[in-house]
Amino acid sequence: MSIPLNYYIVLSMILFSLGIAGVTTRRNPILIFMSIELMLNAVNLSLIAFGRYLGDAGGQMLTIFVMAVAAAEVSVGLGILIAIFRTKDNVDVDVLNGLKG
Amino acid sequence: MTLQALLSGQGLMFLFFAVAAIASGLLVVILQNPLRAALSLVINLFSVAGLYLSLNAYFLATVQVIVYAGAIMVLFLFVIMLLNMGQANLNTSYRGVRTIIAFSSAIGFGGLMSAVALKGQPNVMLPADAMVTGSSAGSVEGIGKVLYNPNLPWLFAFEWTSFLLLVAVIGAVVLAGKRQQPSEDKA
Repeated sequence: MSIPLNYYIVLSMILFSLGIAGVTTRRNPILIFMSIELMLNAVNLSLIAFGRYLGDAGGQMLTIFVMAVAAAEVSVGLGILIAIFRTKDNVDVDVLNGLKG
Repeated sequence: MTLQALLSGQGLMFLFFAVAAIASGLLVVILQNPLRAALSLVINLFSVAGLYLSLNAYFLATVQVIVYAGAIMVLFLFVIMLLNMGQANLNTSYRGVRTIIAFSSAIGFGGLMSAVALKGQPNVMLPADAMVTGSSAGSVEGIGKVLYNPNLPWLFAFEWTSFLLLVAVIGAVVLAGKRQQPSEDKA
């Protein structure tokens, strides 16, 4: 007896919601990045599960692209973080209000 | 939808990795020390790789471990140690209000989407593994045959992904590389 697709979707939703909670509570940009990784992984899991249950290889292809974009995003984001730390000496997102956002 | 599905061998594997993924994901969100949060994210990525295996995505499980748990997490740990962020975050303004709002919005979103998911087809059962010219779609051969097939839409996007990674490398070097002192230009 195999596992129904719903279990994977609900698990993916739980992981995605944890990512949302992390992004909104954390004030440290590195921890916000990690929560974004959590959300991307949740989406990857649901893509692969949908692809498997539809008998289609497209879900795994999309996951490859999500992984590549996540790697690019992390490298640029951490570069920005190091550049900010060099000038500001503080990387708390509540203190970084230079753009008046 | 019966819970008996979880008592088979495959179901126990799913249950183990799902519980590990949720527990370590919760630790990523609540731990104060960034290093510990990063290490529990590694556990989370390994658990999700195990779930990929249970979905016959062999190649992607390997890529998940090598790229995510290997390369990306090393980058995270490197930056945490470079910026010396091992200590707890001292800013606690509006902390309680923020936590309540964040968790209620997360639970609301997750509950809504789970309700939508559970309202659909109650028992989508597993079809036979998708095959690409005789091998499983999740194996290296299957992935390659689909990804590099010019009749499918993935090849073009794949080529542009290489360009995206080139731009990301150049951007990271420009942003994090050594800055020229502005006074040197005048002197």
